[in-house]
Amino acid sequence: MRGREDEWTGLMRSAMAGDDAAYHRLLKAVAPVLRAAARRGLARAGQPPDQAEDIVQEILLAVHLKRHTWDSEAPFAPWLFAIGRNKLIDALRRRGRRVFVNIDDFAETLPGEAPQDTASAGEVAAQLGTLPQRQRDVLQSIAVEAASIKDTAARLSMSEGAVRVALHRGLAALTAKLRDH
Amino acid sequence: MDTDQLIRSLAADNPHRAPRVGAVLSMALLVAAPLSILIFVTFFGVRADVMSAMRNPFFDMKFAVTLSLAIPAIIVSLHLSRPEALLRGWGWLLLLPVGLLAVAIGSEAMMAPAMPMTMRLVGKNSRVCMVAIPAMALPLLAGALFGLRHGAPSSPALAGALAGLVSAGLAATLYASHCTDDSPLFVATWYTLATALVTAIGAAVGSRVLRY
Repeated sequence: MRGREDEWTGLMRSAMAGDDAAYHRLLKAVAPVLRAAARRGLARAGQPPDQAEDIVQEILLAVHLKRHTWDSEAPFAPWLFAIGRNKLIDALRRRGRRVFVNIDDFAETLPGEAPQDTASAGEVAAQLGTLPQRQRDVLQSIAVEAASIKDTAARLSMSEGAVRVALHRGLAALTAKLRDH
Repeated sequence: MDTDQLIRSLAADNPHRAPRVGAVLSMALLVAAPLSILIFVTFFGVRADVMSAMRNPFFDMKFAVTLSLAIPAIIVSLHLSRPEALLRGWGWLLLLPVGLLAVAIGSEAMMAPAMPMTMRLVGKNSRVCMVAIPAMALPLLAGALFGLRHGAPSSPALAGALAGLVSAGLAATLYASHCTDDSPLFVATWYTLATALVTAIGAAVGSRVLRY
């Protein structure tokens, strides 16, 4: 546990220093842990676990857009789990569930939990369709088709700077839509 | 979009760097401040006898009280803009103006009263005070909320209340130079009521706009 969380903190420090690969590895590493916690939280609230993936994606988006609030001197896990708890509570509230304040699903993540398959997540995909064309094209290219910023710029005849701006705005808009819908 | 795809797009956006919450909050307050100052010079202005008032320790005390609200409120609101932060261990900072006021009321009580207590309490400006502080606080409140939106507070209502305390503290600092009521009893009553009003507005708006 300790070792894993120290590793996360190290990866996040590298990510903040500009190491995109470390950031990618970190997000891949935390996603299964978030997924297990979201499933536990849903189960406790008497909700089907198939909504867990939507919650995981919302947490990841919030982590990404709020990473400047992480203090690089502090451990990463408590910060991550605070966001996770917040998003889980939000999701349960939206579904009209009574939320019991003491949700510890994120505090007690079990080591070596069997990784679950990536379930389908409908909400991000649905909101993606409401974005402006440019942002949607850029997200589609980078996320789904796994193209680089450079290739995306060439394909859409945009500058790389414009691709970066559209990517960031698209992610921010997605997050806002998920929060307010 | 499955989660691996989402993660890929987040990693591609990693070079994007957002400023710290403190930087955004400072900028937002600096942008809002001229509006509040404009309201101040247009409708209120510095009291005419300011030069002699400055020799009155109770006049100076008003600024100590209002700034001991505004500055700790800024510090606590920045602390609470982190998702894992708790008020515990930081809340006592917000009691500084209360302590200062208690000391001031105590020292005034020990002096020969210049005016009857009811006059010191009600003063001449209680109604102006209740309008002026909220009016000058509103632009600053909007600025503080805008700045804190950049953070990720676990309790949006609490963070909004802190934004209210920040803006009321700053607005009260302006107002203190206008108001001719210097009695700590007046400050404890009317400044507190006006601050409570702004704080309630901040909490109500914050609970909507500070969700992240």
